Amino acid sequence: MSNLFCSSIGKKLLMSLSGLFLITFLVIHLTVNSLLLFDGSGDLFNAAAHFMGTNPLIRIMEPLLGLGFFVHILYGSLLTAQNNKARGNDKYSSGNKTTEVMWASKNMWVLGLTILAFLVVHIWQFYVKMKITGDPLLAHTVIDVAGVETQVENAYALVNATFSQLWVVILYVLGSLGLALHLTHGFWSAFQSLGASNDIWRKRLTVVGVVFAWVIGIGFSIIAIAQFLFFQS
Amino acid sequence: MDNNLSLTLKIWRQNDAKAKGRFETYSLDKVSPDSSFLEMMDILNEQLVNEDKEPLAFDHDCREGICGMCSLYINGRPHGPDDDITTCQLHMRRFKDGETITIEPWRSAGFPVIKDLIVNRSGFDQIIAAGGYTSVSTGGVPDANAIPIPKPDADEAMDAASCIGCGACVAACKNGSAMLFVSAKVSHLALLPQGKVEAVRRAKSMVSKMDELGFGNCTNTGACEVECPKGISIANIARLNREYLCAKIQD
Repeated sequence: MSNLFCSSIGKKLLMSLSGLFLITFLVIHLTVNSLLLFDGSGDLFNAAAHFMGTNPLIRIMEPLLGLGFFVHILYGSLLTAQNNKARGNDKYSSGNKTTEVMWASKNMWVLGLTILAFLVVHIWQFYVKMKITGDPLLAHTVIDVAGVETQVENAYALVNATFSQLWVVILYVLGSLGLALHLTHGFWSAFQSLGASNDIWRKRLTVVGVVFAWVIGIGFSIIAIAQFLFFQS
Repeated sequence: MDNNLSLTLKIWRQNDAKAKGRFETYSLDKVSPDSSFLEMMDILNEQLVNEDKEPLAFDHDCREGICGMCSLYINGRPHGPDDDITTCQLHMRRFKDGETITIEPWRSAGFPVIKDLIVNRSGFDQIIAAGGYTSVSTGGVPDANAIPIPKPDADEAMDAASCIGCGACVAACKNGSAMLFVSAKVSHLALLPQGKVEAVRRAKSMVSKMDELGFGNCTNTGACEVECPKGISIANIARLNREYLCAKIQD
């Protein structure tokens, strides 16, 4: 095991495992956010946000999630740099006319950078305000959690106010679409790097991956657009 | 014959490994569409020799698609515009009269140019020498049914073994990765009982040699599979990943 992570396949294993971990995070994130579509008062979302903010398991997973992002970005960049070196300095003057290759698969690093740029804005708009600096919009509100009156932060008010700006909505839709493209290749590729693929499963995983990618991408986009169009008071 | 082709050829010339290369343009008339691509190259070389110019250096040997020597990057694709064939099996009927054909060597840090269109592919030999063989003493030729092998395994092993080591996978890969080649060589032995004996050591040493030689990391784009003249599947790459990760966990 000693030098596993120095080898090309070992580094790809890290990309695969961190990628799959981030995918589970996306599923949870979209599930919680989807509450925004069903409740104009925001109580449901506030209850979920309160649960996520106080649940010990989620508190443990939070630094792990940060580590997951860190490993994925670090090794993604490292592998890209090595691959550019391996490609060599001389480019083909007749270009590359190989067909049947998914565009996203050749541009994963660029798509990753797009997502990272979005992530910085996203963390600054929500995570920093909710966990560090605070925000007047987050003033406590009382909701009914399983019959008990509970004081929680009004995360919904912050979400609602943020998505009242058109540029934010456009940015989030672009970020989500970048993420969807990244996942169209990333999902099945994670299984391939683990060795969990063959000629039959490759087809299945690709189909599942593409469907999953667009559910995630369009899901987040719809929430942002719906907040802007239908939930502004 | 009236349907002969007149061609403009834009070809990479490079005096030696250290020299700076450049493209040179040649005109060739009356090429029969029935001639093979390499025959067209022969005609061009004869023309160059008659003009007292240095002929082009390019790799070729069996000219029937089984040796893996020919290696030309033609009009943006390794082995040219046809699918599932080597350069020597490509015919001029695939090109149009008056067409400009760009001919380049394989380009990858792992395959440095030696001269003109010839690249150094000894990296592949070094990877094979690192473990792409069986050292089990097999004695005399056993009866074919002495070791039962499931038909699907035998078929998959045979498909993987059809890799001729031409290097089109590396040439096509945006990462200059040799994973398709290594995975084919690991797979055709790992699938059979005779090869399984040394499977762990083989996967580890071949991958480590591949990394050491500076071939890139696989990002599963699948370009190699599309350009492979033998249609080797990237399912072999998944198998190599499995073999390697299992081997490493046993350490």
